[in-house]
Amino acid sequence: MKSKQQRQLFYLVPYGAWLLLFVIAPLVLLLFQSLTNANGGLTLHNYAVYFGSGTYLRMTFNSVWFAFLITLITLVISYPMAYLLNQLKQKQFWLLLVILPTWINLLLKTYAFIGLLSKTGTVNNFMSFFGIAPQQLLFSDWSFLLVAAYIEIPFMILPIFNSLAEIDPKLEQASRDLGANKWQTLRRVILPLSMPGVKAGIQAVFIPSLSLFMITRLIGGNRVITLGTAIEEHFLVTQNWQLGSTIGVILIVAMVVTMILTRDRVKKNTRK
Amino acid sequence: MKKLLTSVVAILAVVAVLFTAQRYLAAKTGSGEGGSKVLNLYNWGDYIDPALLKKFTKETGYKVSYETFDSNEAMFTKVKQGGTSYDLAVPSEYMIEKMKAANLLLPLDHQKLTGLKNYDSRFLNQSFDRHNKYSVPYFWGTLGIIYNDKYLKASDVQHWDDLWSSKFKNQVMLIDSARDVLGFTLITQGKSVNDKSTADLAAAQGKLTTLMPNVKAIIADEIKMYMAQDEASIAVTYSGEASEAMANNKHLHYVVPSEGSNLWFDNIVMPKTAKHTAAAYAFLNFISEPKNAAQNAEYIGYATPNKKALALLPKSIREDKQFYPDAKTVSHLQVYSDLGQKWTEKYNDAFLEFKMTQR
Repeated sequence: MKSKQQRQLFYLVPYGAWLLLFVIAPLVLLLFQSLTNANGGLTLHNYAVYFGSGTYLRMTFNSVWFAFLITLITLVISYPMAYLLNQLKQKQFWLLLVILPTWINLLLKTYAFIGLLSKTGTVNNFMSFFGIAPQQLLFSDWSFLLVAAYIEIPFMILPIFNSLAEIDPKLEQASRDLGANKWQTLRRVILPLSMPGVKAGIQAVFIPSLSLFMITRLIGGNRVITLGTAIEEHFLVTQNWQLGSTIGVILIVAMVVTMILTRDRVKKNTRK
Repeated sequence: MKKLLTSVVAILAVVAVLFTAQRYLAAKTGSGEGGSKVLNLYNWGDYIDPALLKKFTKETGYKVSYETFDSNEAMFTKVKQGGTSYDLAVPSEYMIEKMKAANLLLPLDHQKLTGLKNYDSRFLNQSFDRHNKYSVPYFWGTLGIIYNDKYLKASDVQHWDDLWSSKFKNQVMLIDSARDVLGFTLITQGKSVNDKSTADLAAAQGKLTTLMPNVKAIIADEIKMYMAQDEASIAVTYSGEASEAMANNKHLHYVVPSEGSNLWFDNIVMPKTAKHTAAAYAFLNFISEPKNAAQNAEYIGYATPNKKALALLPKSIREDKQFYPDAKTVSHLQVYSDLGQKWTEKYNDAFLEFKMTQR
């Protein structure tokens, strides 16, 4: 008995070391850094700067607003798509096609969009075919949302698809047998049962979207400013790591809040 | 369980094979440290003619291990940590000042430098390094305006103030750098690019905000690609970036406003981490030779500070006013000095607020 326990402990060592080194230590360092000034003394000054500055608060609002829009767009597209994919015969194959773009480097995909959306790009060439003059597509909120949503969509479809696939088809049949129409079945049976997938998708999209920054520059032309931009600047240009860390801590808090809001409420789900 | 074990073993085997192959290849190409006949050169990406590195190895027997960085700050951090023994590095002027203050540079022994006399005296003895105690000039350049003659006339964009013209609504691309953008705004107000006055900075930020309706995007290296693709008709960028864009699009031109602009330098320094000083001096002398410097300048397309090398360049390059501006314009150019932590932040905060301005 004791040896089994010891063995279990032994198995936990690599996991624990990993957690300690790559999760807990960086978080503690980040928090510590955010609470110090340039000379290493403890201070709340960085938080005062952050909350006292209209610029940073507006930027935070921007980040949350754009992350919300990206999540909404991906959700609206992904749910019907995941639902349809589940009805198909070769669903694993079609799912693979959806996931395929994630195999390509993020930066390459972004540059591909530059080729599509630029003034002399494919989209404008196509439009000129119908006599529409070249439009300014890049460097706008819309192009930013389009590209960000495109990049995040697989992360929304996958969890929803999986949760839909897990639903027993018999439940659907039973619902029809008991007189529910298609719409009622969807609303009363399918939708509640796929909620965990939707929540997981929201987490997987909303949280990274909060700190997107490469796309804000390449596609948004820095006309869309999020907290990621400020963090990059504080770490690379001004070398004010303390303030950069403070913004990092605030992002982490925002993520924890998202996790809490979208967590599975155990009580409700176990009631059968 | 057995299946898991097999796959773990398989993965470990693949890792072992890849690791040995990587070591083998590294040993074969002679990269990495090790060995005494080596020069560890830390430079910007694609910032030297590779043929010259080969020639250097052939002439002196030193193998060159070429490592690259993409920002002065990244280079500073790495040299400060001292993990790798870089023998030579190529920082920009304000960074040399900062490295000097942080005691990260070795003074150069002028007795061992044979090529210093080849350089134009205008580019020696600069404020960031008096008497070139720590550095030898590598390339210099300017900040200026690049425009496309398909969409506007040359007379429209001779001065910084022209950028504010209502003709250029939503057309101007700016370089994503606080110092450069605030710098040219300060110049339009007759101030220095190194101004340290809260009132002047606030005034510059106020003026900059009125430029926003004309600003199409605030980006970095991508400017050269967008200009070459006709995405915008006018942009503010560095001379080196401009020359690359112009090589891809015949309609592009570059102007250094005569009222003044930034004059930047990339100089070669010997960091504290240097271990192969003999190789380093050999390289400094090699790159100062007019023939080599000329070949390098032709390859990179930046302006060479080497007077004798300039004489060897073809007339079309030598007399190109865009990259070798006349003496009067050069006399109005200003060099950045290190602003220090407090003012670097003030400049960047002002720039961040400008970027947040709604159209």
